Amino acid sequence: MTQLWDFSGGIHPPENKHQSTSRPIREASIPDILVLPLQQHIGEPAEVVVNVGDRVLKGQKIADVTTGMGVPVHASTSGTIEAIEQRPVPHPSGMADWCVVLKPDGKDQWCDLEPLPDYQQLEREQILEKVRDAGISGMGGAGFPTDIKLRPPRDRKVDTLILNGAECEPYITADDMTMRERADELVAGLKIMAWILRPTRCVIAIEDNKPEAIAAVKTAAAEGTHIEVIAIPTKYPSGGEKQLIEILTGMEVPSGGIPADIGVMCQNIGTAVAVARAVLEGKPLISRVVTVTGEAVQEPGTFDALIGTPVQHLLQLAGLQAGKLNRLIQGGPMMGFTLTTDAVPVTKTSNCVIAATGSELPAPPPEQPCIRCGQCAEVCPMELLPQQLFWHAKAAEFEKAEHLNLFDCIECGACSYVCPSSIPLVQYYRFAKGEIRHQQAEQLKADRARERFEARQARLEREQQEKEQRRKERARAAAEAQEKKKAEAQKAADKGEAVDERSAKAALVQQALERKKAKTAQKTGQSDSTAPESVDKPDIEALEKQLTQAEGKLATMEGMLEEARAQQADNVDKLERAVAKNHDRVKRAKETLEKAREQHSNETTTG
Amino acid sequence: MAFVQQSSPHAHNARPTSRVMLWVIIAALPGLLAQTLFFGWGNLINVVWCIALALACEGAFLRLRGKPVVFFLKDNTAAVTGLLLGLSLPQFAPWWVSGIAVISAIIMAKQLYGGLGANPFNPAMVGYALVLVSFPVAMTTNWAEAAGLFGGAPGFGETLGRIFSASQTSIDGWTMATPLDEYKHKVANHTAVEILNHPTFGDWVARGWEWVNLAFLAGGLLLIGLRIITWHIPVAMLAGLTIMSLAFGNNPDQYASVQLQLLAGGTMLGAFFIATDPVSAATSHQGKLIYGAGIGILIYVIRAWGNYPDAVAFSVLLMNFAVPFIDYYTPPRTYGHHKARRGVPGRNGG
Ligand code: SF4
Ligand code: SF4
Repeated sequence: MTQLWDFSGGIHPPENKHQSTSRPIREASIPDILVLPLQQHIGEPAEVVVNVGDRVLKGQKIADVTTGMGVPVHASTSGTIEAIEQRPVPHPSGMADWCVVLKPDGKDQWCDLEPLPDYQQLEREQILEKVRDAGISGMGGAGFPTDIKLRPPRDRKVDTLILNGAECEPYITADDMTMRERADELVAGLKIMAWILRPTRCVIAIEDNKPEAIAAVKTAAAEGTHIEVIAIPTKYPSGGEKQLIEILTGMEVPSGGIPADIGVMCQNIGTAVAVARAVLEGKPLISRVVTVTGEAVQEPGTFDALIGTPVQHLLQLAGLQAGKLNRLIQGGPMMGFTLTTDAVPVTKTSNCVIAATGSELPAPPPEQPCIRCGQCAEVCPMELLPQQLFWHAKAAEFEKAEHLNLFDCIECGACSYVCPSSIPLVQYYRFAKGEIRHQQAEQLKADRARERFEARQARLEREQQEKEQRRKERARAAAEAQEKKKAEAQKAADKGEAVDERSAKAALVQQALERKKAKTAQKTGQSDSTAPESVDKPDIEALEKQLTQAEGKLATMEGMLEEARAQQADNVDKLERAVAKNHDRVKRAKETLEKAREQHSNETTTG
Repeated sequence: MAFVQQSSPHAHNARPTSRVMLWVIIAALPGLLAQTLFFGWGNLINVVWCIALALACEGAFLRLRGKPVVFFLKDNTAAVTGLLLGLSLPQFAPWWVSGIAVISAIIMAKQLYGGLGANPFNPAMVGYALVLVSFPVAMTTNWAEAAGLFGGAPGFGETLGRIFSASQTSIDGWTMATPLDEYKHKVANHTAVEILNHPTFGDWVARGWEWVNLAFLAGGLLLIGLRIITWHIPVAMLAGLTIMSLAFGNNPDQYASVQLQLLAGGTMLGAFFIATDPVSAATSHQGKLIYGAGIGILIYVIRAWGNYPDAVAFSVLLMNFAVPFIDYYTPPRTYGHHKARRGVPGRNGG
């Protein structure tokens, strides 16, 4: 018996899983239209590589990410590109985003596939490239690109690779059914990931309320592998990455760190299957298993649906009784979000759709004052003090909330679930986190603006001084010239010659030019090697462009970092490094540009 | 199509505050039953009177503050405050004494601080302490003798008359000091054996009182079983009291014994029903242990060396003062952190 640890807190909400596990996974039919969002992963949105009107084959790449982090998007079936436009996508805000709209032709014709069955003979880099090319990003929640996750920082060796089959949230059964029916594939996928990472321990962890899945996976993992299949006690949120790691290893992921910091990596069940298909069959990620359940559908169950299938289509397949539908949720009842429309497509991260009736998930009773009963703290898996966090969040004392580790909250909802005063605690935390992030961003902006302002001020001052200097020089030169002129005039008068004023002026110009040349020469000697060519004739425009580009990149990186922080993704520190690097780049570009400008102004004023 | 828009979580368990409070009331019933059996109708009448007055007060004040009256009355917290006062006041306490206690509990200690959840002090204990200080005679001479409901204690009408009449003399024969009071006053010039011979103490610990305390203990265990309270405060409080009593009061000729400390007076009611009032107690487990132990120790100190026979109210109120301080220094260690972040931001952080 492997030793297991317990995490603190946790709850046992009604599971409501049997409704959707009584039928095997059904193949969802091809819908009339497929909507493929360009951003289904964390990172840069993919750029479309096809045109409206093009015919595409199943599995053909239709969008890719060329610069920055991200994975491509593929056509889920053969057909014609009908439009590239903004459509509603599954997102808590109910926003619209760019999507490729594909009209299926019904032939479902594959493009040429390039499987790599002998992957062990290849370079790891080739396999990682294959994983990326297949468009695989984490299918559990955040959608972090899998190939990047499989490349942990060089100094972090992954000792324990965990396949997360806990699926602790009520209602959701996509992983459960996948484990029951596709155990071989997921074991194959795990083996590929293990081959890439070379961990000492490979674990598939499954909550003990899924005996069928445990049996199936045990059989699949039996022959010749060192994979441990471990049944863990059912308790929400055991499937939270941090909680699962604690259960299996007794270790805690340091606050603000990633599992790789303690030599652990978690992967999702669906992701493992996708990796196996990508490498062994050459198939990109074009479909996924989705649970469609809730009392408003007559035949709840799991569907293997093409990515891009409108939720509407799945609801119809499951026998939606539209009149009963009150709340449409993507994800589970604890952490999922409500959809504003059923026109949104299934994406790589959609694991469950709940069509709930009003009585099934009733609106919570009105909020009452907190009675400090401490129920919330009893169930918090992160060992926070939810009631204190709530207090500070409500009073807008964000500093105190942060001090009480607000940012360690994983928004699991256990506290809100038990609160007898029905306080929407998680909502308060989201608000507080958003405010703090906003403040930080503002602070950063203000800091930068100040930096910019100070730099400009310094520059102006310098310029002013230089101008003054030049003015003095000019005055002196003029005085000298005057003197000379006088002397010459004297001489001329003496000699009885007329003064040629023009020649005197020419001499002055000559003098000025010489001064400038000398100065330029001096500058060339001083200027550093970053922009030697730009010294003589600085191309300010090009530099400006460079700067805006660098700034743009920095902004996107920062955006990504924020998002990753919000999602608790494990690439935060990597992104942080990248942001810092880009920050430097911007600074350098600014410096170069300033120098160039300075030169330019020198030229114009002296010349 | 307009779907309901809601922030997660979408599921909630159904145990609202009102139900929690209702369970507290239910868990207190065995104790009330024992009180009635041993001490007559007094407590029951007090409980009904206090609850009614508490609800009326709360309702009136909510209306004054412009808050939804029914919504808040339904949370049952005012009823619990009334109940606790009714259970702890002397059986024959005149109506105006209990009335003042209730009014000050609800209005001064609760509503003026902002209502439910905002009161730093336990409202019932504020009311109790106030009348104890203001009317010491009424509060010490109106305890019923443990004659038993069937042992000839005053009947319902008689008790009612006594509580609500202006004159206080009619049934003086049925009142007596509480065992703790008795012990305290006699121990100076009597031996333990002599004192314990007095009928107040009965055959076992303290006639009637022991059963009342055991009944409250049973109710308290029910609350722990239902996860309405955690074990930390009661266990720490009883442990604190026991240890103090064993350490300092080992000589029965000087101090009341451990059994008396635990089973006479308001110990169990205090431990499970009063000290555990969540609003005014410490939050974290560690904090609750400190808070509970503090109450236990203070109870002993006041009982042994103070001027008052019982000390639950004062001890709870004193520890209420310390709660913000305890909370600041006993936050739990959060997952993924080496140490708990104590204190306030900017100090001792880390
Ligand atoms: S569960 Fe609700 S009422 Fe109880 S302490 Fe937490 S926030 Fe307050
Ligand atoms: S939502 Fe946050 S505070 Fe609430 S239980 Fe989960 S981790 Fe704790």
